[in-house]
Amino acid sequence: MTQQLRVNPIECTAHGLCAELIPERVTLDDWGYPIVDDTAIDKDLVALARRAVAACPVFALKLATDARRPR
Amino acid sequence: MVSGPRRDRLGQLTDALERADVRGRGGAGFPTATKLRAVEAQRGTPTIIVNAAEGEPLSQKDRYLLTGRGDTVLDGALAAANALSADEIVIAVDQGSPAEAAAIGRAVQARPDLTRRGLRTTVQVVPSGYVTGQETALIAALAGGEPKPTQTPPYPFERGRRGRPTLVSNTETYSHIGRVARGTYDGTRLLTVSGAVEQPGLIETTSDTTMAGLLQSAGGITESIQGVLLGGYAGTWTTMADAAALKLDEQVLRERGLTLGAGIVFLLAGSCCPVAEVARVAKWMSTESAGQCGPCVHGLGAIAGALEQLTVPGDGFRSCVQIRSWSEMVKKRGACAHPDGVARFVTTALTVFAAEFDDHAHHGRCDRCADSTALPTPRRRRRTYGSNTLRYGIPLSQIEPQAAWR
Amino acid sequence: MIQWYVIRASGVVALGLLTVTVVLGLLNRSRVTSDRWPRFVIDRLHRNASLLAIAFLCVHIVTAITDTWVSVRLVDVFIPFRGTYRPLWVGLGATAVDLLAAVIVTSLVRVRLGVKTWRGVHWLAYLAWPVAVAHGLGIGTDSGQIWMLGIEVICIGSVLAALAVRLAAPVRLAGQAW
Repeated sequence: MTQQLRVNPIECTAHGLCAELIPERVTLDDWGYPIVDDTAIDKDLVALARRAVAACPVFALKLATDARRPR
Repeated sequence: MVSGPRRDRLGQLTDALERADVRGRGGAGFPTATKLRAVEAQRGTPTIIVNAAEGEPLSQKDRYLLTGRGDTVLDGALAAANALSADEIVIAVDQGSPAEAAAIGRAVQARPDLTRRGLRTTVQVVPSGYVTGQETALIAALAGGEPKPTQTPPYPFERGRRGRPTLVSNTETYSHIGRVARGTYDGTRLLTVSGAVEQPGLIETTSDTTMAGLLQSAGGITESIQGVLLGGYAGTWTTMADAAALKLDEQVLRERGLTLGAGIVFLLAGSCCPVAEVARVAKWMSTESAGQCGPCVHGLGAIAGALEQLTVPGDGFRSCVQIRSWSEMVKKRGACAHPDGVARFVTTALTVFAAEFDDHAHHGRCDRCADSTALPTPRRRRRTYGSNTLRYGIPLSQIEPQAAWR
Repeated sequence: MIQWYVIRASGVVALGLLTVTVVLGLLNRSRVTSDRWPRFVIDRLHRNASLLAIAFLCVHIVTAITDTWVSVRLVDVFIPFRGTYRPLWVGLGATAVDLLAAVIVTSLVRVRLGVKTWRGVHWLAYLAWPVAVAHGLGIGTDSGQIWMLGIEVICIGSVLAALAVRLAAPVRLAGQAW
């Protein structure tokens, strides 16, 4: 069951904790908003991904197992 | 999910729609039969929404259909409602089109089959806006909220209006459904042609119609054409040479990276300045953002600002590289496709009008910039969206400018 | 007698840790960040300081209830102003405990609550801290001592300074006119 990080762009207000915690999957664009790489999260990254999801102050980051892509 | 007569009715309709290859006419071109089946597979009583919001300034077909062919639109909505056993049809009309809303309202009242037991049909007015016609934004507006997109999933076909499975389709799509249901569908679609043609307006076309044929129907061109915009402000620019030989068939165009969108063809006259036009439209599109997603708010603002720099006087060099990189940066980063549309509109223009953009990059404003107002950018009533509007982010002045920009 | 000292000492330490928590929370909200102090570090320190504060608060409460010299019952810890021993000041302490409990519990389960609910309750922290300070000033038998006053000044001063940073922190505008 592969998991991916997804960000809800409506909730996100560019706090940037996700990019600090899991730079392997999240980088910031020119305006401080996250560019989330939706490559599957392998076993060694899961713990870090969960931490990043918990750290988001507005709960915009999610760890999804759903295969459907938004939009 | 339901067996018996409803399944048969739906099956008949979707088979017919598939045979006729009916696709959505709002811009996405999604196969209509697939959409109907997706709604049907959900639990709950469906709702039908006829999307006549038509926020695209270059498109006129939905307005026309409401007044001139209201009955085929209503036929289609009714056919879909019967096939899905829906209990509600809502026709959403832009607030700037009161005459059209009244016309379709009268047409609804004149049809008892739309207001029989178990089915309620209403016409509702929604605020004007480019993004208002986006499916989830439309549902939000109809619920009395701001016309702003919501996060998907869940998609409208699963959970839309009032939490029920909702079929949202364009006015013309319902018109096609209506004609298929009556067996009178001939595969024609309406294109809005404007710009440097003698008779701008709506033209009925088939998938075999070529650009040359279309221009002939529009009375011919009025002057030399610099470029062709297909698909509207979220569409694609192409050269007249490339367009001339093309069949105006969506599948054919998509293979070339082009799209007709909601059926829009605009011819840019030689006397216009493409850079000024693109800059003005990009600025307008940035103000049409729902203001919810950082990359859209900031990205489109930055792109518009950079384009505007190309139209101010002065000989300092301004690079277009930043515009392209920002266009790439905003793609798929919003809750809806608005930033993607603007990115497409701008990057295809940069390619098609490379020479003009290069000239402006070196010399700034040209003598045609000021008078170039071919593409309409209607003033909307000023909207304030309150706390949901984004205020965070790094302002343009603090972004490290690339060496060649500024 | 030792127990009496433990009550007071744990109370002072809890207050200090709560002050650190509030200051870090304000800095976090102001999006203060640097290379050595990234956002997630400030966020984590805020959380850890609050949990440590609760630990010392528990010691403070348990020693206060079990102390034979003052009659503070368990129920007085949570229902304010009903006790026999200095009901006003103990009551303020109980109020602070209630508020803090709400903040901490909602934060531990915040993923289930949704942003608005969690944030709404979290605002009670702005009330809990001054109530705790008032409790300390009113009930503390060391209140008159110089060192205690010094600690209070540092606590109140740092929260006011952090509040100033929070209020002055520029909202980074997009430059859009809406």
